[in-house]
Amino acid sequence: MLSKRLIVCLDVREGKLAKSIKFVDTKDIGDPVAKARQYYEDGADELVFYDINASRANRDITLKFVEAVAAQIFIPFSVGGGIRSVEDATKLRLAGAEKVNVNSAAVKRKELISEISCAIGAQSTVLSMDVKKTTRTKEIPSDYEIVINDGTINTGMDAIEWAKTGEKLGAGELVVNSIDADGTKNGYELTLTRMIADSVGIPVIASGGAGKPEHLYEAFAIGHADAALVASIVHYGEYTCRQLKDYLHSRGIKVRTKF
Amino acid sequence: MLAIIDYGAGNIGSVQRACTETGIQSVITPNPADLKKAERIIFPGVGAAPTAMENLIRTGLGEAIKEVFAAGVPILGICLGAQVVLDSSEEGDTPCLGLIAGKTVRFKFQDKSLKIPHIGWNSVKITQPHPLLEGIDKQDEFYFVHSYYPQPARKENIYAVSDYGGDFCCAIGYKNLFAVQFHPEKSGRFGLQMLQRFARWDGKIPPESKKRGKQIC
Repeated sequence: MLSKRLIVCLDVREGKLAKSIKFVDTKDIGDPVAKARQYYEDGADELVFYDINASRANRDITLKFVEAVAAQIFIPFSVGGGIRSVEDATKLRLAGAEKVNVNSAAVKRKELISEISCAIGAQSTVLSMDVKKTTRTKEIPSDYEIVINDGTINTGMDAIEWAKTGEKLGAGELVVNSIDADGTKNGYELTLTRMIADSVGIPVIASGGAGKPEHLYEAFAIGHADAALVASIVHYGEYTCRQLKDYLHSRGIKVRTKF
Repeated sequence: MLAIIDYGAGNIGSVQRACTETGIQSVITPNPADLKKAERIIFPGVGAAPTAMENLIRTGLGEAIKEVFAAGVPILGICLGAQVVLDSSEEGDTPCLGLIAGKTVRFKFQDKSLKIPHIGWNSVKITQPHPLLEGIDKQDEFYFVHSYYPQPARKENIYAVSDYGGDFCCAIGYKNLFAVQFHPEKSGRFGLQMLQRFARWDGKIPPESKKRGKQIC
């Protein structure tokens, strides 16, 4: 039986960990490769790196960073941030990223999803969507709207519709990131996660809001997610990946416990 | 030297990096002549069977693989490399290399909660022993990402199955060829250990494995 996945998210800027993340082990500040290796050994099933300051100027730094990570970890990892073309995606893939995440650029030009999917395969094309709860309108019947630029720009697009469109265009997985839940540590947006997981035929990754191991359990059991993304809950040393997995296992969720 | 076949199918760099991590020297090559000189060969691949077969035929790599297989060189197929060694693939109705009798088929589920592709970590159940599967425990999980899987015509070519909406075949073998549907290069410690076993494998299946195999089946 397929295991539910625990995915650790690291924010990087010019090949270094973003300053907003303060690690308990201060030696590791600034070295995301060492941190990635640590999570790999601690049983993370997958890693995702968001290049939060991606621009054309520092793209080469990002590629070097991806190569360095690929030489150190032997589980899948994806890279997101600033991917605007097939060329961006192909380069990341060749540098060693298993998957690439597209977000705002796909909202602005949805064909980007099919172009990348054709070039590197649906299994390597992840559509990451930032979602905010809103009031129901004719355009947004689900109450959930797609937003971009860290939630500062509303797009008027319905989240469920966008998820289905993403699947049709060739995305192999969806990251559903709730802007409302993000950073609250109050748990994932379960209604949203479940609505999307139940309306598409591709795996859904719940993102935003994990503060306790119970939240991960809920993402799987109630939110119907295939994977759960965590960040600060492990970055600040509150829990190790192993502890989170042991907890999930004790609650009857099938996870990979031997690594 | 261990040769990793480059036929334009996916990210083979990750296979080489995994070899390097375990101390195995390797070369990536698109050249059929290099395969004929290699001591052992990894046949990786991600992507679609029709394109892969087209490339294998056009480059002469397909013929070279058949030759080295006949010569007894140990070969490890990974993912698409475990599919195109059969007679044919349902994906685009593609004739394949035919090193093992059988065909590659697509997952078909009534249950819509089973998503395709099958992406993630899954355990494997060994159906008969093989030197490359030695030491694998039923709790050890491997990373999969695929919509198709190999279905050998003969049970004796099936070495392990995995459960996704029922058992499907995830490891096949015949003589000096062994192939897995999962990605050892992305499967953490247990995957790396499999690559190490491959680097030591002489391409033979010991008689005691065969015998034990019969008892298990």
